[in-house]
Amino acid sequence: MESLKFDLAATPLREVNQYLHSPASELNGKHVVIHNPNGAHNIAVGLKSDVQVTIDGHAGYYAAGMNQLANVVVTGSAGTGVAENMMSGVVHVKGFASNAAGATAQGGLLIIDGDAGLRCGISLKGADIVVGGSVGSFSAFMAQAGNLVVLGDAGEALGDSLYEARLFVRGEVKSLGADCEEKPMDDEARQILVDLLAKSGHADVSPDSFKLFGSARTLYNFHVDNAGAY
Amino acid sequence: MCGIVGLLVKNPSMRANIGELMMPMLIGMTERGPDSAGMAVFTAPVAGNELKYSLYAPTMDFNWQGLAHDFDAHLGSKVSLSTKGNHAILISHLETPTIKTWIKEHYPQVHMLSVGQSIDVYKDTGLPADVAARYDLPQLSGTHLVGHTRMATESAITPAHAHPFTAGRDWCLVHNGSLSNANSLRRKLQHEGIDFETDNDTEAACRFLEWRMREGDDLKTALEHGFDELDGFYTLLMGTKDQLALIRDPFACKPAVVAEHDDYVAIASEFRSLAHLPDVKNAHVFEPSPKEMYVWKV
Repeated sequence: MESLKFDLAATPLREVNQYLHSPASELNGKHVVIHNPNGAHNIAVGLKSDVQVTIDGHAGYYAAGMNQLANVVVTGSAGTGVAENMMSGVVHVKGFASNAAGATAQGGLLIIDGDAGLRCGISLKGADIVVGGSVGSFSAFMAQAGNLVVLGDAGEALGDSLYEARLFVRGEVKSLGADCEEKPMDDEARQILVDLLAKSGHADVSPDSFKLFGSARTLYNFHVDNAGAY
Repeated sequence: MCGIVGLLVKNPSMRANIGELMMPMLIGMTERGPDSAGMAVFTAPVAGNELKYSLYAPTMDFNWQGLAHDFDAHLGSKVSLSTKGNHAILISHLETPTIKTWIKEHYPQVHMLSVGQSIDVYKDTGLPADVAARYDLPQLSGTHLVGHTRMATESAITPAHAHPFTAGRDWCLVHNGSLSNANSLRRKLQHEGIDFETDNDTEAACRFLEWRMREGDDLKTALEHGFDELDGFYTLLMGTKDQLALIRDPFACKPAVVAEHDDYVAIASEFRSLAHLPDVKNAHVFEPSPKEMYVWKV
């Protein structure tokens, strides 16, 4: 694989991002390594080709946001909103991720080896997120589709106002949000979990150690008993 | 938006260079706070019977020697004075109320930024790099410091509204966020006889916590009361003569990152302010949890 190196201590981020927006014919199959990210915001956002990107260090806000097709690895931690609104491809954070990781993501796979902060997978719209550590409070708030797998614990109000996303948690859940409830693990859900564990480097983890949470669907329609609340 | 930075140097041989170590941290927070900047640094304490006062005058050519002369003439007591433009550090063994009253009467344009045995405070409007140059912040030495870059959202841009805020002795606080109940908190504290210098929300939080500690709370208990009383978004970084303390609101609306190293503990709003610290690659970098207390001792 052809490899290119950028050093953000020497090259402006805008130049690096502009290169990463080159036509797919230029980028497909290449490996781009970005050194000294030093917490800069918006690294490798809006990628649209089958390129491999390694961010060698800690990334700032919105790293790999809006990703399509590309495979982005952050060797350190990622700031707020990593892989937000991802459409496809893979984003892999080897350290921890801050708040709102994978927010509104529609497709693709976000892997976080460490912990994720609050509101992980908020308004998730179809992507898959696998967190090796724990997630903070209000994770999967209003998540509509897709899967969130948490190998550690979940904070308060998990899955509040949830639609049809699946939430798999191996550890403790501090509290469930409104309309989120534990579900029986059917064969389909179990297979999804097994596949995601395999894809994210956790093939050795037993799917039987997880609980599945989903929507109780009581908020889908207006209930006349609540008329007095308005 | 605002930026906060904090640095506590554990390795005694690095304390003479704390200002140099801090500079990339402060500059890294320029985008989060371009309108004002400030720094509180805790140095070796003055003699047991003395206190030092950081003073701020409205003009760079202020006649500090004239003030020292008048002080001696009126109060019959010589002061030690070191000056940097519109800023001076005055050391005296006289009682604090005596000094405060004298300054108010004779130099009402001079503001007292801090009182204590260890604390020096510098703050002013302008870009962080300009404020740092104005006060030679790279030359600072000390054990720990608390800094701030401000992007005002709820009160005016003036030197007095810049952070850090102080109350009592050797106590300072910087804030990223906004408090929604600052006015009621201020009224409550004014009822307790506590004077305010600005309408800034952070000053209310600063005076509230200092008041709790004066009422007998230890830092931890005061911060617990803070979680009950402060309504809004906040990451607060506080300094005492031998500690740094950090809290984030229960929703973690405002950021913070910590790097713990054998030689230092560094705190900032974002990693980009920690990226240039020596050997940060081997530091333990983590995000402090919401509604937790983090305290580091010198």
